[in-house]
Amino acid sequence: MILLKLFLGFLRVGFFAFGGAYAAIPFMREVIMDYGWITEEKFSYFVAVAESTPGPVMVNLATYVGASQAGAPGALLATLGTVLPSFVIMLLITVVFKKFVSAPRVNAVLSAIKPCVVGIIIATGLLMLFDGLGISFAGGIGPDIKAVVIAAVLWAVCIVYKKVKKKAFSPILVIAISAVLGIVLYGI
Amino acid sequence: MEKRKILWRLFATFFKIGLFTFGGGYAMLSLIENECVEKKEWITRDELLTVTAIAESTPGPIAINCATYVGWQQGKFLGAVASTVGIVAPSIIVIYLISLFFDNILEIQIIASAFRGIKVAVGVIIINAGVKMLKKMKRTPFSVTVTVLAFAALTVIDIFAVNFSTIWLIVAAGAAGYIAFAMKNRGGEGG
Repeated sequence: MILLKLFLGFLRVGFFAFGGAYAAIPFMREVIMDYGWITEEKFSYFVAVAESTPGPVMVNLATYVGASQAGAPGALLATLGTVLPSFVIMLLITVVFKKFVSAPRVNAVLSAIKPCVVGIIIATGLLMLFDGLGISFAGGIGPDIKAVVIAAVLWAVCIVYKKVKKKAFSPILVIAISAVLGIVLYGI
Repeated sequence: MEKRKILWRLFATFFKIGLFTFGGGYAMLSLIENECVEKKEWITRDELLTVTAIAESTPGPIAINCATYVGWQQGKFLGAVASTVGIVAPSIIVIYLISLFFDNILEIQIIASAFRGIKVAVGVIIINAGVKMLKKMKRTPFSVTVTVLAFAALTVIDIFAVNFSTIWLIVAAGAAGYIAFAMKNRGGEGG
């Protein structure tokens, strides 16, 4: 029953993604690969689309994966799964446990989860970057030189921009530049 | 009648917020502040700050936490539902429409080339986001160890295709945090 699987799979994402969209990406990647819903390549394409379209990135990703597997009902159930945990937890905190989050025990648990999430995000980013560069650990395939050039240019732009403007480069601009570089290097 | 009006206004306001913010949670907060604090005075700025702090400590999209909180304050359970549905609806509609022709446009050569470049960017963006969080994080020997272990564990799991869910890393980190806390307080306050 694909609809139930979508709901439960994304419930897992919604329940364990502490700290926003980037924290959700590792879990979504894992869930879609476990179930074999879409390829890693298409997932990374859609992360970029989700960043560049309105609305919460997590909801956008869930809707896409759901729609790709089971049309509109799939989109609705995947989104419901993603949203339900934070909705319920927030209601509980608002209505019942106002002090919950500031309790020292809870704080101790959360303060250990945060650094764990950071490690997971950086590892996932690197794995996805290697995939984007065409480097596979299993198959021993060499890197795609054009992709390496794109990565080098993007890093350079991000670093220079940060030095000059004193603020981080927006992800949407990074995506736009990489799209132009992709068209230039891989052809029309 | 009055209640229905409140629900409709909650839905419409959050629909607008969902439709006009790009880039997710934090970009959304400024629009939420503008609409819910300044224009409609549904909540105070302090309340929004508290909700943001709670949102960072709870799973799921930050925008959903804010919508749920504001909705409850204005219209209890149905208000929370109306706000949450409102903020999610634009995403569902826009992404559903994109999903209908996404595979087809990927077959166009120029789009395919653009996405081969974009694929590289996504890795860069995620690493940047992670590094930014690392810089903001309170770095103690304990927290840095947790970060390094989580990084190493996920890398090994992925490369060797070990059948082990990332969820357990979160659970283990939470347990370690609790044990560290309990050990520090042992004898101090008696439990």
